[in-house]
Amino acid sequence: MEAKELLFLFIAIVTIASAGLVAFSNKLIHSAFALMATFVGFAALYVFLSADFLAVTQIVVYVGGILILILFGVMMTHRIYDTTLKTIHNPLAMGIISAAALAVILGLVIYRSPWAATVDKPFVPTTSIIGAEILTNYLLPFELVSVLLLGVLIGAVFLARTEEHKK
Amino acid sequence: MVAFYIVLLFFLIGMLIVGITLVISRILQSRKSYPEKYIPYECGELPQGEAWIQFNNRFYIIALIFLIFDVEILFMFPWAVVFDTFGMLAFIEMLIFVVILLVGLAYVWAKGDLEWVKPKPKLAHLAKKKGA
Repeated sequence: MEAKELLFLFIAIVTIASAGLVAFSNKLIHSAFALMATFVGFAALYVFLSADFLAVTQIVVYVGGILILILFGVMMTHRIYDTTLKTIHNPLAMGIISAAALAVILGLVIYRSPWAATVDKPFVPTTSIIGAEILTNYLLPFELVSVLLLGVLIGAVFLARTEEHKK
Repeated sequence: MVAFYIVLLFFLIGMLIVGITLVISRILQSRKSYPEKYIPYECGELPQGEAWIQFNNRFYIIALIFLIFDVEILFMFPWAVVFDTFGMLAFIEMLIFVVILLVGLAYVWAKGDLEWVKPKPKLAHLAKKKGA
């Protein structure tokens, strides 16, 4: 086996194992930290697909931002030790039925999609291509993203604040 | 792809340094246990209450604001790569982008969300009008 293939396998195993830890861990804080390994693993898998900008996005936004937000959410949970066992008490039958349904759907999708045998294309950095497109063909959408972010910022802060007033 | 192998190398060396530090600490430390060892460390002060406390809601709002500007920085990445070839156009475009988001910063600043101990809103008449 090639070194690159071994590296891919290692990263895939780390990603899946940490994702399992997120789902099965009894402690909320352990799940949150395992999620970090999952996100980093995803970033590495994006690099393997020659999507370098997406990998950077994954690190900057998910590891650097959303994970911090989740950790703050966990830390703000009232009585954190009482919530530890919540994942166990889900009704088993409903869980099995929904998991089976999801497995069937995912299996159908995996079975029916035409898979490329290997990605043997040379690694092309996408960041500069995206930059050029942003400054030429997608100039207006790029500025609209700014307006969208402005709306998100004001809306999110407003919602988080009104919750505080209710207390 | 070579650049990402360097990133991987950095990642591995970083993990290795953390691991080596832990091993060194394990070798050098004296293993005595006394009751003070089991209380949370608060820089030498006697801790008040438990270590798991409910954090202030303010952390969350600051993190939300951070996340938005995080995404803004992300859009600067591809822009910075091609900045040289586009020159003035690129500069003006990013200026517009940043100025639009600056309105959001002005909003949270004026509403007092950036203050640690939240004061009354500096633009109190705006809050009154909306009845907030």
